[in-house]
Amino acid sequence: MTILQFFLWSLLKVAVVTVVMLLGVAYTVLLERKLVGRIQNRWGPSRVGPFGLLQPLVDGAKSFLKEDIIPTGVYRPLYLLAPILALGCALISIGVVPFGAPNIGPGPLDLFEIANVNVGLLVILGVTSIGVYGIALAGWSSNNKYSLLGALRSSAQLVSYELALGLSLVGVVLRAGSLNLRVIVEQQATNGMLSWNLFGGMQFVAFFIYLMAAYAETNRSPFDLPEAESELTGGYHTEYSSMKFAMFFMAEYGNMITVGCVATLLFLGGWTNPFGNLFGTSNNILVRALFPLFWFVLKVFSFLFLYVWVRGTLPRFRYDQLMNYGWRWLMPLAILNIVATSLWLAYR
Amino acid sequence: MHLILFLVFAGFCLGGAINLLIQSHPINSALSLIVVMVSLAVLYLLLGAEFLAAAQVIVYAGAIMVLFTFVVMLLNAGREARTMGSRAARSIGFPAVVAILAVIATVILHAQSLGVARLSDGLTNVPGQTNIELLSTVLFTKLLLPFEVTSVLILIAILGAVALARHDDTDPQGSAERTDK
Repeated sequence: MTILQFFLWSLLKVAVVTVVMLLGVAYTVLLERKLVGRIQNRWGPSRVGPFGLLQPLVDGAKSFLKEDIIPTGVYRPLYLLAPILALGCALISIGVVPFGAPNIGPGPLDLFEIANVNVGLLVILGVTSIGVYGIALAGWSSNNKYSLLGALRSSAQLVSYELALGLSLVGVVLRAGSLNLRVIVEQQATNGMLSWNLFGGMQFVAFFIYLMAAYAETNRSPFDLPEAESELTGGYHTEYSSMKFAMFFMAEYGNMITVGCVATLLFLGGWTNPFGNLFGTSNNILVRALFPLFWFVLKVFSFLFLYVWVRGTLPRFRYDQLMNYGWRWLMPLAILNIVATSLWLAYR
Repeated sequence: MHLILFLVFAGFCLGGAINLLIQSHPINSALSLIVVMVSLAVLYLLLGAEFLAAAQVIVYAGAIMVLFTFVVMLLNAGREARTMGSRAARSIGFPAVVAILAVIATVILHAQSLGVARLSDGLTNVPGQTNIELLSTVLFTKLLLPFEVTSVLILIAILGAVALARHDDTDPQGSAERTDK
């Protein structure tokens, strides 16, 4: 494959994945509004299109057409940089996520992953940790006490829970012996659901820690203190309007999807079939290409469903509870999990 | 390709470092430092050290610099007054910096024990071996003692921070009085 071919293929993959990701973000918002609506015994959006299915498109058009207000007291360069940083980091990390079966496509090309990186997991963690700056700078540059409080809460929360998040993944990495996401998935692929890290790998403690830390990392309920409406009006994005507000909104949902993808890859067997080889394997190229995609999307969807369900069910934590929970419970639990996993691997 | 990327990110790195010194606002300086860290990570990546690059981004750009900006935001540090220093500092300082950098560069270039690293070369020539394996083998065999001593050092630093930040619980009467006031 020549450099030019490689470049064009990569460009195509990036374009397709970005469009799918943005559509996914738009429809995750709709999913959340519909589901929370049903939990609260109302319908949610139902006027635009059948079942309200065109609502995200109308919302997007609305954000574009709204007046863009920049308050006079803000520190302009950072105020403008912050939403770009937040959304950029949310979209970049999907680049190392493998979402389909390998070895399908012309020649050495990997059709279902933008970049197969040796340290894929660390790349995702790194990009997420850069994403904090979007929120922190937004709060600081807005010149507003609510924004600043939201940003401070958010940075403290992200730094605290990133530790638990990283440590919860160590067990999985120990089992796979690699940081490459493809290798981690293939290590769980032998017996379908029974060899997933969540069940057969006995990593359910790690999954629980990951789940909690992921909710905190994406600023979602019950850890949504950085944007607690009743205390901080809007948190870090109080002073943002129009498309800039929408960019923060999209970044939050983009992060949710990424977190769901990582959970799927690390604990739920990625794109592999949950039934293993129970129903035999097919040689049809279409079946081999499309079924993994289906399983992957289904798993990510159920993770997002859980996200919304939790939001509709649990009340918000108090700030000291949040910190105590992260430092005194999740982190020691994660370290215990690492020790237990290492002992088990050494014993075997 | 590698050379172009190297030049671009080395430029970013130097530009960020100079901007760090020029800016008078602490938060701009902190952000320039982040640019330096991330460009350094890309340079590591070009040398084939992908683990080091990822660790650089996660630890330095993602954790330590967040604390920097956190402190700047919390203290609401303002713009600093710009001074050019004394004439003596200017006339001696800049040549001195150039001389020291030149000496350091010569020493590094002439050190025999440092091998030659080429862009686009990996750290390892064995196929299938990642540089995480390479790094951990070195860390846990050759450099085990320094590695463990470093971790003890960090533990001591943590204990020191806890001891400094701890409330004085030995005198409950006194602390109650303080909160009353």
